[in-house]
Amino acid sequence: MARTKDFSVIGKPLPRVDAWAKCTGRAQYADDLSLPRMAYGKLLPSIYPHALIQHIDISQAERLSGVLAVITGESLPVKYGIMPSTQDETALAVGKVRYVGEPVAAVAAIDEDIAEEALSLIHVEYEPLKPIMSIEEAVTVKEPRIHDYGPEGNIHKLVSLEFGDVDAGFAEADHVREDVFFYQGNTHLPMEQHSALAQWNPAEEKLTLWSSTQTAHYVHRALARVLQLPEHKIRVIAPPVGGGFGGKDDPFSHEICAAKLSMITGRPIKITLTREEVFYAHRGRHPVLMWVKTGVKKNGKITAMHFKSFLDGGAYGSYGIASTYYTGALQTITYKIPAYRFQGMRVFTNKPPSGPKRGHGTPQPRYAVELHMDKLAQDLKIDPITLRLRNLTGPNHMTVNWLKITSNGLKKCVKKVVAASGWKDKYRKLPLGKGVGFACSTYICGAGLPIYWNDMPHSEVQIKIDRTGTVTAFSGAIDIGQGSDTVLATVIAEVLGLYPQDIKLVTADTDLTPIDLGSYSSRVTMMMGNAAYEAAMKARKLIFKAASEKLGVPVKNLVAKERRIFDREDPKRALSFAEAARLAETRFGLIGAVGSYKPPKKMGNYKGSGVGPSPAYSFSACVAQVDCDSETGAVRVEKIWLAHDIGRAINPILVEGQIEGSVYMALGEVLMEEQIFRKNLHKIPSLLDYKSLTFKEMPPVESILIETDEPRGPFGAKEAGQGPLNPVIPAVANAVYNALGIRIEEIPITPEKVLKALEEKAKGKLARVGPDGIPDYKFPDPIKVEPPEEWKQEHPPVSQAAEKVG
Amino acid sequence: MNMKELLQLKVNGELHQLTAPVQKTLLEVLREDLQLTGTKHGCEVGECGTCTVLIDGEPVLSCLTLALQAQGHDITTVEGLEQNGTLHPVQIAFAERGAAQCGYCTPGMLVIAKALLDKHPSPSREEIREALSGNLCRCTGYLKIIEAVELAASRLTSTRG
Repeated sequence: MARTKDFSVIGKPLPRVDAWAKCTGRAQYADDLSLPRMAYGKLLPSIYPHALIQHIDISQAERLSGVLAVITGESLPVKYGIMPSTQDETALAVGKVRYVGEPVAAVAAIDEDIAEEALSLIHVEYEPLKPIMSIEEAVTVKEPRIHDYGPEGNIHKLVSLEFGDVDAGFAEADHVREDVFFYQGNTHLPMEQHSALAQWNPAEEKLTLWSSTQTAHYVHRALARVLQLPEHKIRVIAPPVGGGFGGKDDPFSHEICAAKLSMITGRPIKITLTREEVFYAHRGRHPVLMWVKTGVKKNGKITAMHFKSFLDGGAYGSYGIASTYYTGALQTITYKIPAYRFQGMRVFTNKPPSGPKRGHGTPQPRYAVELHMDKLAQDLKIDPITLRLRNLTGPNHMTVNWLKITSNGLKKCVKKVVAASGWKDKYRKLPLGKGVGFACSTYICGAGLPIYWNDMPHSEVQIKIDRTGTVTAFSGAIDIGQGSDTVLATVIAEVLGLYPQDIKLVTADTDLTPIDLGSYSSRVTMMMGNAAYEAAMKARKLIFKAASEKLGVPVKNLVAKERRIFDREDPKRALSFAEAARLAETRFGLIGAVGSYKPPKKMGNYKGSGVGPSPAYSFSACVAQVDCDSETGAVRVEKIWLAHDIGRAINPILVEGQIEGSVYMALGEVLMEEQIFRKNLHKIPSLLDYKSLTFKEMPPVESILIETDEPRGPFGAKEAGQGPLNPVIPAVANAVYNALGIRIEEIPITPEKVLKALEEKAKGKLARVGPDGIPDYKFPDPIKVEPPEEWKQEHPPVSQAAEKVG
Repeated sequence: MNMKELLQLKVNGELHQLTAPVQKTLLEVLREDLQLTGTKHGCEVGECGTCTVLIDGEPVLSCLTLALQAQGHDITTVEGLEQNGTLHPVQIAFAERGAAQCGYCTPGMLVIAKALLDKHPSPSREEIREALSGNLCRCTGYLKIIEAVELAASRLTSTRG
């Protein structure tokens, strides 16, 4: 493994390449843009959670002076949706509304005040339908149906899979336990409200859309579909995005309406959502009810696991099919589970659609599994760390559900975090009210499959080097704050012997840049990074060839470093990078190179096998230390230790930033954030009432980076944006148990729940707050999937193993 | 039609004259009339701190301030932190320490940090937290922002020596 110190810029704590623009107010976000003759759009929200639209009268609104256009669902009838199999959305409701806040009509006017006034002049007649507001209701109430598709009633998706012989695994166990958990929904809350600016050019019949999106490519496709325009007539540009966390991954109503209104009026139209509308746009964390049953041997070795999840999908499909599979896919990546059954259900409810939030479908099961592991450890009287260590997966491991792990630093993460936190001196040794908790987790480094089926690359990078020595990189990747611009520049700079700030970047513009599928699934460093590496290596080959001829030094002896190309044996034999670039252009013509990345082919061949595979997996381990006030029920997190297997840190400041940001977001989820509804209405659609951590609650975080040099990653790198969120939530919940002896099995862990559990405890009852059970629903018989050969060789059936021993 | 008023606003040392409806907020005037888009909005109802600017050196939420009320005062936005092409030490420290990720809350954080350091050249960690506690950031977990303010403070103190 090459050591970080052997690199010039990889692994160095350099400022982000966009830091200067962002620290001077020069960075231009979508809502900062304006165009000559620009007008403003506004959306009329539904006031019912579930209703038929009888009639919409827009005549009064149309007559208001300053109003340019008014549209309703009939103007945009084509359905779309992020997943090809769930094209269930329209830009404006057609015939029916499915949640409060769903856009019903849109207006364009010369200013925002007139647009607002016009909305008040639109009259909608509704026929209310019974709203369905919970998982339990959706499972039992078959009529009215929110959508007319799905297996039955208000069930959107059912999954039932089995890998290996689960019944035999349970039979073989010395101990079996079952638990039920609930993970409340919450939302991304990026500081930037979604904004889109559309400009229709009637002469060229061309549409340009600037949008705060994480997925310009998918927005491009949705616009073409809904507006029925050829794709080459549409250009989508993502300016710097003011935070996403998954909340800007879908094509949205305001993007399509801005485009349509611009086409109708011939003027640029901007629609920026209000903060309240951002809560309704949502696509946030699914509320998930979970049941888990695990069999273990006396020594703690897992023999089988059965996991059931019930996801509250809200009103539309969004990424929900993938989310459902994700609640079951990665359990086998952290722990060796020889037989595994997963049954999942996503339901429709009359709430804003759930979707992908940081960790997408994996924080919920991770919370369940890690609390369950703690309880198993207690049953077996084994230390919770020891129990995990006995079950950890290792590197180059194939799971029972056909997922291939390459590098795996989980064991090292566990050991480091246990040592750094002083776990052994604290666990069960702190005074009442104080406690420590532990959890492990994993995450994908990019979804192995594209969202719509195709065999093309997932990320492509183009490099141009001109006679001034200027390197320009073109990439569709979108910087949402995670640092993709910096990763792109750093990878190319390392290969060409330059500095990240030397690389000019043209990004996220579907007219100018090659495809990158988007900033989701922690895919960008892995996929764009590999494409950038390939392109830079091709360009370097030409530059080295020209330099070699000039210097009379064989190519293999040349080094690119510190803006020079030189002979490693005699560094004085050198050319500046610019000189070498000039020679190369003279010799070969314009220097251009491209790189493309496609993940390895997926291994499993069963329905649903597309969710879970990834080129690599990141791993994290976390210790949380809490101080709980048994009078008020308040839980204060004193410190978080988090070790993360990053493969290699391309920039350690950025990786630490992702870890600290993940810890912050996780603490919000475990302690206070919740997207909840009262009397069918969103209870808290404002930043004041939606509680999140401030400067005052954020505890210190000790980040420990574990480098495992991932063979498939660019310079060995893996993801950092999502994985570190996952273990924090269960680690805090386990710490609360350690502190007070109470189990809060339903997050967030609010003071009310803590006090309730303490009350139960004082009465000598079960000191637990959590769901009573899961809906009585008979899943279809599982599809039995034969474990892969590689797994079987590693894990012969117990009887055979016994024979071998015999 | 809304009543418009003639306004004189001194922003970053520059005097601007404009007409705007009386109910227009300072945030709207800065962004829409003066094209000072460095100041961002996160909620427009005073909940997130994103739109903070300085009025006579004091942090103020520009979304809750009428432009009218800011007349006759010195307004400083993020664009005014640079002096003659030189960045303020808090800007450099934010960049170096990775205190800006998506960067959207950054302008508000920067102006508060400047106001704090103007008054308290060596603030304690608690004072930094207190000063910034009305501002939300969803990316960083705040820690690198605190570090950056501390770094800027130490550099300012050593140069003032």
